[in-house]
Amino acid sequence: MNGVRAVVIGASAGGVAALFEVLGALPPAFSLPVLCVLHLPDDRHSQLAEVLQRRLHRPVREACDKERISAGQVYVAGPSYHLSVEHDLTLSLSQEAPVHFSRPAIDFLFISAADAYGDGLLGVLLTGANEDGAKGLAYIKNNGGRTIVQDPRDAQVALMPEAALALHQPDHILTLSGIGQLLATLETRAC
Amino acid sequence: MTSERNTDIEIRLLIEAIYLKYSYDFRNYSGASIKRRILHALRQFDCLTVSALQERVLHDPGMFMQLLQFLTIPVSEMFRDPSHFLALRNEVVPLLRTWPSIKIWVAGCSTGEEVYSMAILLREEGLLERTILYATDINPHSLDKAKQGIYSMQSMREYEENYRLAGGRRDFAEYYTAAYGNAIMDSSLRDNVTFADHSLATDSVFSETQLVSCRNVLIYFNKELQDRALGLFHESLCHRGFLVLGSKESVDFSAYSERFEPLVKPERIYRKS
Ligand SMILES: C[S@@+](CC[C@H](N)C(=O)[O-])C[C@H]1O[C@@H](n2cnc3c(N)ncnc32)[C@H](O)[C@@H]1O
Repeated sequence: MNGVRAVVIGASAGGVAALFEVLGALPPAFSLPVLCVLHLPDDRHSQLAEVLQRRLHRPVREACDKERISAGQVYVAGPSYHLSVEHDLTLSLSQEAPVHFSRPAIDFLFISAADAYGDGLLGVLLTGANEDGAKGLAYIKNNGGRTIVQDPRDAQVALMPEAALALHQPDHILTLSGIGQLLATLETRAC
Repeated sequence: MTSERNTDIEIRLLIEAIYLKYSYDFRNYSGASIKRRILHALRQFDCLTVSALQERVLHDPGMFMQLLQFLTIPVSEMFRDPSHFLALRNEVVPLLRTWPSIKIWVAGCSTGEEVYSMAILLREEGLLERTILYATDINPHSLDKAKQGIYSMQSMREYEENYRLAGGRRDFAEYYTAAYGNAIMDSSLRDNVTFADHSLATDSVFSETQLVSCRNVLIYFNKELQDRALGLFHESLCHRGFLVLGSKESVDFSAYSERFEPLVKPERIYRKS
């Protein structure tokens, strides 16, 4: 996978553990930005960045409005605002209606990031009991980006990966450990 | 991929056409959200392309008004982020009191919920009588709703909890009359409120103020337009006046970061330095 400039990850039910496993596999010097949307109740959302940062020993921040995306940084969307990527590679927040009952919505992050990064984007959709993200992942693929779907048999809840597979043929269908391994190889080639 | 590129071009043209024809300036709004809202409107209006939507909008002012409802995100709540209003009450009101007469500007007031929240808070603090409130927005439909002050009882029940958490001291029901599933706000709350059409993108300052509240509006602007809006607020505010922003907004990355100092940082309450 050459030329990947950013990674976007979406997950819902079972997503915290899945995210730990995938991000935990990244080497310390991983240099690509990683943007994540996880569906969580609002009150748990607010601590996600902190918890991830402590456990992963890598920089994790809740995404701020108009912040410039920086290399090697993990961003998570905070509660009750959608997170988007702008063409100038800054982040923006918004409060349009929830999508599939979710705000932040995975689709909004994926689609806007595909518009900004084009074929330089890698999209990853993990476990979840919701169809959010399926459309966005297909959109990434249609805009020249690469896509990975967690193997539904490996997922704690299969609905989200299955919804994605119903819409498009991803580049890879992998277990969590397979996704982690693949991401870990990205960085060395990116530099 | 080429169709995506076409869409982006068409959106720019539509926004330019709206500016030339109706003087509403969306050219410096955050692109991702504007694009989503236009594509959403496209589906609602059964247009196949943004160009088709542009043709209708250009030739039919009524169509533009309908599109404006999609472009402006007219959503609000009373006592939204209760801790913010609690901080206003505890930290700002004691200082605001020191001015003999007070002017407050609620910029991007939408359908009025924020203005009524502010008026209720000021009344409970005994300041409403000596305060003039300017409530501005670019969406005339929202301003009409704000002037009417009629909200569904269902949403009022949610706001009641916000009101309590925001340090509300009375029975929330004292501020409205219930009728046919709606709540009609006590009209004396808006005796000192002037509702006006005003754009942070194209208009200038109209009054000196002691406090500006602009919540959940700046996130829809790009940096350049955020700086323009903050410039207006800075110009309008008197010496040591207050600026209050939405919970995800700040002056930190702006050209005005040095000219406002945080008073209650987590609640996005600043003071002109
Ligand atoms: C999400 S609402 C915020 C309502 C309220 N302030 C709150 O926080 O609940 C955003 C409002 O900003 C208004 N707005 C958008 N662009 C504007 C501009 N250029 N000048 C003034 N208001 C604007 C919209 O019409 C809309 O009513």
